[in-house]
Formats: sequence, structure tokens, C-alpha cells
Amino acid sequence: MAAGRTSKVFLALSASVAVITVGGCGGDEAGGGSTLTWFIFNEPSGALTTVAERCSEESGGRYSIEFEFLPNDADSQREQLVRRLGAEDSSIDIVGMDVIWTGEFANAGWLEEFTGETERAVSRNVFPSVLETAMHENALYGAPIWTNTELLWYRDDLVKKPPKTWDEMIAAAEQIGPEEGLIQVQGNRYEGLTVWVNQMIASAGTEILSGPEQIELAREPTERALSIMGRLSSSDVADPSITTSDEDTGRLAFQSGSSAFMLNYPFVYPSAEAEAPDIFKVMKAAKYPQVDASRPSAPPLGGINLGVSAFSENKDLTFEAIECLIQPENQLEIASAGGLPPVREDLYDEKEINEVYPGFAALIRDSINDAVPRPSESPAYQDISLAIQRAVHPTTEIDPQDPATTYEDLRDLLEQAINREGLL
Amino acid sequence: MSDAPATEAAGPSAPKVTDRAKAERRLGWMLCAPAVIAMLLVTAYPIGYAIVLSLQDVDLRFPDEGGFVGLDNYGAVLSSDLWWQGLFNTAFITVVSVVIELVLGMILALVMHRAIFGRGVVRTAVLIPYGIVTVVAAFAWFYAFDPASGFVDGLPFVADDKAWFGDRWSAMSVIIMAEVWKTTPFMALLLLAGLTTIDEGVYEAAKVDGANAVQRFFRITLPLMKPAILVALLFRTLDAFRVFDSIFVMTGGGQDTESVSILGYNQLISRLNLGLGSAVSVLIFILVLLIAFAFVRGFGATVPQGRQEA
Repeated sequence: MAAGRTSKVFLALSASVAVITVGGCGGDEAGGGSTLTWFIFNEPSGALTTVAERCSEESGGRYSIEFEFLPNDADSQREQLVRRLGAEDSSIDIVGMDVIWTGEFANAGWLEEFTGETERAVSRNVFPSVLETAMHENALYGAPIWTNTELLWYRDDLVKKPPKTWDEMIAAAEQIGPEEGLIQVQGNRYEGLTVWVNQMIASAGTEILSGPEQIELAREPTERALSIMGRLSSSDVADPSITTSDEDTGRLAFQSGSSAFMLNYPFVYPSAEAEAPDIFKVMKAAKYPQVDASRPSAPPLGGINLGVSAFSENKDLTFEAIECLIQPENQLEIASAGGLPPVREDLYDEKEINEVYPGFAALIRDSINDAVPRPSESPAYQDISLAIQRAVHPTTEIDPQDPATTYEDLRDLLEQAINREGLL
Repeated sequence: MSDAPATEAAGPSAPKVTDRAKAERRLGWMLCAPAVIAMLLVTAYPIGYAIVLSLQDVDLRFPDEGGFVGLDNYGAVLSSDLWWQGLFNTAFITVVSVVIELVLGMILALVMHRAIFGRGVVRTAVLIPYGIVTVVAAFAWFYAFDPASGFVDGLPFVADDKAWFGDRWSAMSVIIMAEVWKTTPFMALLLLAGLTTIDEGVYEAAKVDGANAVQRFFRITLPLMKPAILVALLFRTLDAFRVFDSIFVMTGGGQDTESVSILGYNQLISRLNLGLGSAVSVLIFILVLLIAFAFVRGFGATVPQGRQEA
């Protein structure tokens, strides 16, 4: 009895192997058309259902897209996908991937490459920074469908002019005081912390990796970035729960009126409108802050790319369906209904986008253009992310005067991650 | 149904009945066979496969690499600070929560045993936490202590902005509280089973001899309950040693609250490094076996005995 339960982790793995034999259900339907299964999280507005139905109809009965919904947070989505893909499950056709999974999935041989006309079609007018997230070893493995970026949200009743740098922001917050001047960031030990570290390091003028298996991490700029993180975390204007904070705790704290600044994705705007109208009235957006006054900011990049599973029984139709799903009118539908920014730069001139992001559509476009993706070209990205989280968490313990210890930890753990050695 | 032949078997008219006993034994084995085969398939096979994996460099993300590496994975695990840190955390949570559970469980068992009216209600009420799914219980505790949504920071004598999960020991104490709350009923139930086996006559005799309540508890109740206590401790220790859900929900292993199960999960599910992860799992398995062995041999806990009595 003890034995069976101890091994629940690998039991789960072997159970997913058993799924292969019963899981295959991508076959033909009675009507002659094929059913394509799209694995993606359940986007709450229902926009994905709308566009999937639209494409199924346009195909004239050759395929119909069905959904298999994944959990809401990215780590749980990945867990379910990798278990199925690792077991060569043929029930997945369209893989809804977070932008950071491309290298891992492609290297494992779980994705089909986009080539020729399809490649040109799905990459037309897409922001270069976004397209980069779908590439692995110079080949395209995903069709970006929507993107995302963080903005600096601030209260214009407390802040006259939005700060450009982190230093300015911390100073402004300290002037307002901890009563209502807190700064909301993502400091829990999870992917959100990796995002913060990546953007700080990029904005300080270096990068985490210079190639899939090559650590860059120049010492001086990295230490400058870490020092700011440490200073913010141990200051009065950091949220008391900074070491367990994420996008949602930040949103709630900002809505409660405790904070003057928040780094977060655009979903917080409609949320404040619905849940905290008073805060909403004074809520404004600016660009993600810079580390140095002389260097541009490096906003984060999120979003979803669509991949074709290597184990799909209908690959040609899946490519065709993906090409349809990412059409401009569908991207606009997803933006209008779900608030998720399109991946095609030309769409930002459309009227709908300005309605979804009143007054800050240009800011989002600008942020995505300048965005620096996480080092997800590496197939060991998950290890890299875990290593970063381990090295800097809790950020309250980074010594702002002397961040060298944290730097050394970060470097050592990254090396371990790249070589895939030891525990993480 | 089979009572009658069993009593006959004690009789002297041997050969015919022995045949019958043999046939019954064979029938017994045949009836067990499906269960035994199922157990072998669902437990023995994965355990064996995990041992095989733990001797290889297998990473799902790098299908072309790898191969047999002998004990390298075990070397990597045992030479890692994280493993020893995780082992310490696990042992700490196990010891503290099991000790608290034993004391509380004993009190609850005595209350349930002595309850004069509403026995059924009391027993049911006490058992409710054990009936709640661990993840759900963990979320309930998480939200209670979360500064943004919880009521705990609103209580008197608690700082209004206390970040319970922001510090190692406060996070650890909430994890332990959740574990204790959830599994004390299990402990109480096992102890209650032990209590009911004690003959009331022994207490009567002690009372006549002038023993007070405290003496009766330490001189009679505890010694007579030793087998039940050891079984309860054994089960709870094995269970507590694999603590996962509460930590996963509350801190995700942050603030140095990682248990060995969380560590195994990170290697297996997040990193897809099946070799390293299996090595962690096998080590946990070995530790659990050692704990069971220590209880059974060292303290003389005898599991089957209780079943024969029942």
C-alpha cells in the first residue's frame, strides 16, 4: 500500500502511457469530415469557440474543430500537454502553446514544422519579436495567434508623470508612502518571476542566453538589474506579500487602492472597470520601466502559438485549420471579445483595437515591438526557468549593495540547467 | 458461509476434510488472483520501471540522448543540497505533525469513547476533515491565511498584513496546521479502535484499588493501547512523509518549504527528467520502507494482529 502511493508521481506518468491505446479519437466522422482537436486553456470570453466554429464552417465540412480545455495556469497546461505528447497521444491535433514551450516541444519531436506557403501565410506581418518565440533552430514550429505584454499601470491621482526608470518609480512610490504607494510586481517562485528577471536583465543591456546552450549574463549589467530587484523588494513600498505575489494578487491589491504602481498584463483594465470603478477612473498605462535612463525598456512577451502535433492523424487539415484560425478577422475577434492583443502589427490601425485598448493601443504595439522574449529557444527552458526562480527567490534576500552572491548563484544554477545536471 | 467447515477441520476425521480445505485454499487463491494480478500490474510494474529509469539518463525533451548511467542519478541526488534540505523539511513536518496529531487524536478518541449522548454525531463531526480532499483542504487553509482574502490577519493579536507564506517558519507552521487538521481524525479513529478493545473490568479493578484518573490513563490505557498507538503512528508517519498537496498549494515549495515529494515532482513533471526524478522517487520509496521496517522491528508494531482480533 505504501509502495503504491509513494510512487504516485511516476504512476501518473505510466498511466498516461496507457492513454495511447484508448486515446485515439481523431478519426473520421460519419459525415466524411475530420474532427480536429484543439488543446488550449478555456479562454473565458468564448472568442476561441467563435473563431473555431467560423473556420469549421468555412472548410465546407472537411473538418470541424473540437476543444479539449486545459487548466488556466501555464504550468498546469504544460504538464497535461507534455504528458500526452510524451506518450505520443494521437488525440491532439492543434497544440495551444505558451510562447515559451516552442524549443522544448520542437526538440522533443512533438511538433511539425511550418514550411513553404503555410509558413509565409502564418508569419505575414507578425511582429518580429513574436515570431521569434515560435522559432527553433531557424525553423518555424508555431503560428502565433495572440500575444501579450505587461504595461506599467499607475494612478494619475497620485502620480503626475509616469516614471521612465525603476529608480524613478521607487522614488515616486516612496514619496507617496506605503499607505497607497505600493508597487505590484510578480515575485512568487513561478514563471512570473522568471519574466521579471528576464526583462530586468535585458533592459540592463545583457541577456540570459546568447544561444540555445550558451550563457551570456554579463556580470556588471546583471548585478545592476538584481540590485534594483533587491532594493524594491526590501523597501517599504514593496507589497508585504511580494515573495508570494503573482498577476492576480497584484491586480486585487491595485484594485483595493493600496498601490500606486503595478506591472501587469492588459486584462487588469477591464477587470478594474468591473470590480473597482473608483480606481478604474484614475488608472493609466505607461511603458514597462527601464533599468537605465539611456537604454530602452524591455517589456515581457506572452501569448499563444498554435502548433501541429507530430502525432496528429490529420496533419494537412490541421495546418489548414491553423492558417484559418490566425486570419486577421479572427485575431480581431479574439481581441474584441477576449482583450488579447493581435500578433499582426498591421491590425493595430484597425478601429476595433482602439476600442479594446482605449488610449493605449499604440502603447501596446510599441511595447510588443520592443519586447524581449524569455530564452525559450533552449529546449531546456523549463530547467532554465526553475534555475532562475531558485536563484533569485525570495527577492527580499538580494542584497542591493552587493548582489554578487545572487549573481554567482544565478550563474551556477544556469550552468547546471544548461547541462541538465543535478536537482532543480 | 464457510464457518461450518472451518470448525469441522479441527476434528480428528482428517483426510476428507483436508481435501476440502485444500480445495477451499485453491478457491481462495483463485478468488484473490484478479486482485493480486491487478496489484502487480498497477504497483509492481511501475515500481520496477521506475528503478530501471533511475539507472538511465532519460529526458523526454531530448529523445535522442541518454542511455545507461548506472548510479549517476543517485549520486546527483545525494550530492545535492536540495535533497538534504528537502529531507530535513519532510522529516520536520512529519515529526511535528505526527506528534501533535497523536496528542490531539488521543484526546478526541477519549472524548468519542466516553461520549454519552450524541455518539454518532460526535464521531461524524470529528471525521469530517478527513473526508475532505487534501487539495481542497489545502486551498481552504491557504485562503484563510492569505493576507488578501483571509480572515486570519483580521483576528486580534495577529498583524494585519502578516504574510504567512512569505517566511519559511510561518509558512511551515500553516502547512503543519493544515496537515494536523486534516489527519487528526484518522489518528483518533485508529486510537478509538484501540480504546474499545480495553476491558472495562480492568478500570473497575483499578478504581477499587484507588487509582485516580491520571494513573488509570498512564498505567492502564496507554500500555494496553500500545499496539493501536504504534499502528496509528506507523500509518501516519508513512503518510506524512509523502506530504505534497499542502506544500504544492500553499508555497509551491518556495521559502525553503520543499518536501522530497515536491522535489521529485519538479524533476519528473516540470523538467521531464525521468532519470533523476525516478531516482528521487526510488529514494523516497526506500525511506518509506525503512520507516515501516523500523516501526515493525524496532517498536514491535504488528499490523496483522489487530485484524485477527477484529
